Amino acid sequence: MNLLRPAIVFLGLLTAWQAVVSVFDVAPFILPGPGAVVAVATERADILAGHAAVTLGEIVLGLVFGTALGAASAMMMAYFRPARSWLMPALVVSQALPVFALAPVLVLWLGYGMAPKVAMATLIIFFPVTAAFYDGLRRTEPGWVDLARTMGASRGAILRRIRLPAALPAFASGMRVATAVAPIGAVVGEWVGSSAGLGYYMLLMNGRVQTAAMFAALFVLAIMAVALYFLIDAGLRRAVSWQSDVDPSTSF
Amino acid sequence: MPDTEPETPARRDALGIAVRNLRIAWGEDVLLDGLSFDIAPRSWACLLGESGAGKTTLLRTLAGLAEPQESSDIRASDGLPLTGRVAYMAQQDLLLPWLDATQNVALGARLRGETADPDRVRALMERTGIAARAGARPGELSGGERQRVALARTLMEDRPVVLMDEPFSALDAITRGRLQELAHELLCDCTVLMVTHDPYEALRLAHRVHVITRGAAGDWPALEPAGSAPRDPSDPALREAYAAIMARLSPRPSDGERPGAAA
Repeated sequence: MNLLRPAIVFLGLLTAWQAVVSVFDVAPFILPGPGAVVAVATERADILAGHAAVTLGEIVLGLVFGTALGAASAMMMAYFRPARSWLMPALVVSQALPVFALAPVLVLWLGYGMAPKVAMATLIIFFPVTAAFYDGLRRTEPGWVDLARTMGASRGAILRRIRLPAALPAFASGMRVATAVAPIGAVVGEWVGSSAGLGYYMLLMNGRVQTAAMFAALFVLAIMAVALYFLIDAGLRRAVSWQSDVDPSTSF
Repeated sequence: MPDTEPETPARRDALGIAVRNLRIAWGEDVLLDGLSFDIAPRSWACLLGESGAGKTTLLRTLAGLAEPQESSDIRASDGLPLTGRVAYMAQQDLLLPWLDATQNVALGARLRGETADPDRVRALMERTGIAARAGARPGELSGGERQRVALARTLMEDRPVVLMDEPFSALDAITRGRLQELAHELLCDCTVLMVTHDPYEALRLAHRVHVITRGAAGDWPALEPAGSAPRDPSDPALREAYAAIMARLSPRPSDGERPGAAA
């Protein structure tokens, strides 16, 4: 069964956690046991759900904007030489600057609401999508393009019917990375300045030494991120189901 | 053969190829120079030569995929350029993995923004023996089946000239034999230029076999095997021709030791 292994790993980690707490007699404000965290999580489910919705909204909006922007710039770079020479340096600089360093500025400009967090998630997501998709667009099997040309296909048709679908697997790889890093942008944004969201709640609880509540928020965030990843991964798999899957560990 | 397909009532005109002064070079490296040849309408010409002799580049040039060098003159027998009147079949089947067999056969129409006639697509898939796998993606097809789809896709284009670049070289001997016969049957109305490295394949199918060697120039030496294609590979006449071709491919005093030369 597919879920058995992750379940065993999860239970094992929980046990180890409880063991550490019991054996070393850790103070609850340093590290609460799993039981305490679950108790807080159920007790404050409403509050947590509200904050989780805000964070999820930021992540999803960031994914939408980041993906759209990334796909658009990848296509610009693949098709307009000037765009490549102007966009590439900008891209590299945008990645060399840590998003964390930009967070205070974004909050200053965009306020305490969702906007700076969405912007941050977008910035983080944008690069892996652009890089992967651009790579995919450039690596079209040349034979397909040749064939299309002998069939009298226009440049636009070759792009739409051949290059784009052929680059989908690469795009999917970029999306996977993007989905995995998207929560970072949202949470960092919340830490810098906000009045809602799991990141905000964690910081708040940390300040009040309600460590169990902080852990509860952390877990909700983790579950959300993992669920989102699997959801997007499943969607991408369906979209590129034609791509042959080769397991390198069994086929050498 | 009584093959009056109702789906294409108007047969397109037969078209030959005339090439004058063809020059093919990779940078400084001249592969072929001043080459001239004609391919008669509705004939099948095979182009034999070792790797790196410029066969594929020649084919790509004729297909309009590579720019011919300045002096070269490539025309159809009606004096107009060939461009737009050739179908191209490459070494790989070049099926798009995200389309099923039927959509791959209809690819040309899809790319030109036209609607392919579904009856014609089905008829061609039946003739190439791939109708049963109509809904399969290329990943689920065998090598032979994939080439059948590629052949149907080529026929779907309905061009008077078909250029083929070792289309069957990756297949096993039995499948290759079957596909050669099928291609011969289905392309009988076309002018075909096929590049191959297999002398037997050339001798089975071609009206004329051209052998090119690196740096070849002038008029093309051609060999016309006797009898009508597809020829039986065990025919002694064919084996003699095979020996002659091998001698031409590697012009060394070694005729006596070639396999088949003893026949």
